[in-house]
Amino acid sequence: MTEILWLGRGGQGAFTAAKILGAAYALNAGCHALAFPSFGPERRGAPVRAFTKLDHKPISDRSETEKADYIIILDDTLYSENLKNLLKSGGKILVNTRQAQAEQILPFDGDSLAKELRLPVVNTVMMGALAGVSGIVSIENLHQAIQNYMPEKIREKNKSAVQKAAEEAAAL
Amino acid sequence: MAEKFLSGDEAFAEGIRLACPDVISAYPITPQTIVVEKLSEMVEDGSLDAEFIHVESEHSALSCAMGASAAGVRAFTATSSQGLLYMAECLYYASGGRFPIVMMNANRSTALPWNIYGDQRDSLSQLDSGWIQAYAENAQESLDLALMSYYIAEHKSVSTPFMVNLDGFILTHTYEQVDVPAPEQAKKFLPPYETENKLDLDNPKNMAFSAGPDTNYIFKYKEHAAMLRAIPVIEEAEQKFAEIFGRKYTGLLDQYKTEDADYILITLGSIAGLCREIADSLRQNGIRVGVVRIRYMRPFPTEALAEAVQNAKALAVLEKDISFGNEGTVFTNICSALQGKNITAPVYDFIGGLGGRNISHQDIIAIFEKIQSGTANRVNFIGIEEGENT
Repeated sequence: MTEILWLGRGGQGAFTAAKILGAAYALNAGCHALAFPSFGPERRGAPVRAFTKLDHKPISDRSETEKADYIIILDDTLYSENLKNLLKSGGKILVNTRQAQAEQILPFDGDSLAKELRLPVVNTVMMGALAGVSGIVSIENLHQAIQNYMPEKIREKNKSAVQKAAEEAAAL
Repeated sequence: MAEKFLSGDEAFAEGIRLACPDVISAYPITPQTIVVEKLSEMVEDGSLDAEFIHVESEHSALSCAMGASAAGVRAFTATSSQGLLYMAECLYYASGGRFPIVMMNANRSTALPWNIYGDQRDSLSQLDSGWIQAYAENAQESLDLALMSYYIAEHKSVSTPFMVNLDGFILTHTYEQVDVPAPEQAKKFLPPYETENKLDLDNPKNMAFSAGPDTNYIFKYKEHAAMLRAIPVIEEAEQKFAEIFGRKYTGLLDQYKTEDADYILITLGSIAGLCREIADSLRQNGIRVGVVRIRYMRPFPTEALAEAVQNAKALAVLEKDISFGNEGTVFTNICSALQGKNITAPVYDFIGGLGGRNISHQDIIAIFEKIQSGTANRVNFIGIEEGENT
């Protein structure tokens, strides 16, 4: 099972990205996904977590991920060294930041790309970056999931974001 | 049929759309809110031809659904936690009036301390209210129960309201793949609601009446008998469901590797999947364990449960509930059923997940270890050692 932990702030769309990723992966025959937010009251700006679990068999473990293959951080002020303890061996942290690369850490300047595309949040940019880095899901599937589950007026922008971020992140 | 990526709440709303209720009356409460929101959107966009009545409280929500049912139409409501408790008075009216209303309850903790997370103390406190109670494990079963609940509740031999329970957040807010059947298929499964238990100017009758000591007990006996008659109707509904939709369900409970199991864990709701995974991993170490998931708390699976656990050496009950001063209510029900069947294996109660507390892999492994070694107490609070925190 591939487990992805999303960290963001209320309003950044961490859970939307977690859900779109799960929906995209599940489009392939025989592929299963679960996606859920950290539960409870929602507050704009407060740290939030979201989870995506991907597997080739139905997923019955609904508990929060204890060790992730990827941790995606939408706001680099949420980064702390301790997060490395939540990684499986070989796991990676993908951070929206202009800081330099470090061990187990893949920096990606999502803010600049989002600004260029006039997107107010970086959720789909970082989702595209994850696809580029990991190859766990195809761009075609992400585009289809955006088509199915995002409001019409923001679909095309977000599809571009996914495409461009995946291309840029492939070099990481 | 279309596969969609939906939360438990959304899947349930899709199931209700397919069941075509005529009246929906509800008041939003976390974590049920999404069901009510989705249904109101469906009514607004015309994809569900129903009267949506946004009432001012849960007491009114169920009263309104009863009024609709008494007018002879299909009614739906949904609630959670304090909302269910606030409508408690009406639960008994609905069951006593034999109105086959369907209600979704998002299982959530009860105050105080105030808490919006999932446990099952809300619905389990209402086991005696005369409602059929089912507990779903995943989003697909939630949608399927939305359809099956009307079939069972409205069956002429049953005429009893039906509460479908979804674990708050863990099921209501978790997204997964769900097959959403086509409306034509749903129509083939669920016939339109027809009843004589309605206000009818051409055929006037007394409804919702008083009954004194001379006859009251007969009505109560009839409610009990009707609830028991739901058992074969559940089987009938599931057979028809499998024929039309290809998905099979297993009646009042679901068994996993119980045939040769020495140690069996009995639970309900969305935690069952994790329990089955742990069972598999323990079996790899040579420990024969199994899992029973209770799907219906009312009518209670007395016969099926006794058969499922008859060869086990020890049993554990894992429940998100406590009846203060006694034990977990699920445990009480299980012990009572097994005593009647002369099953003497020790049964231990494990209370977990209260107020949404996570039940971990390690917690479930520890349950099996404790019942295997015989070191468990009769009632155990997961995460609290005896004498702590008093």
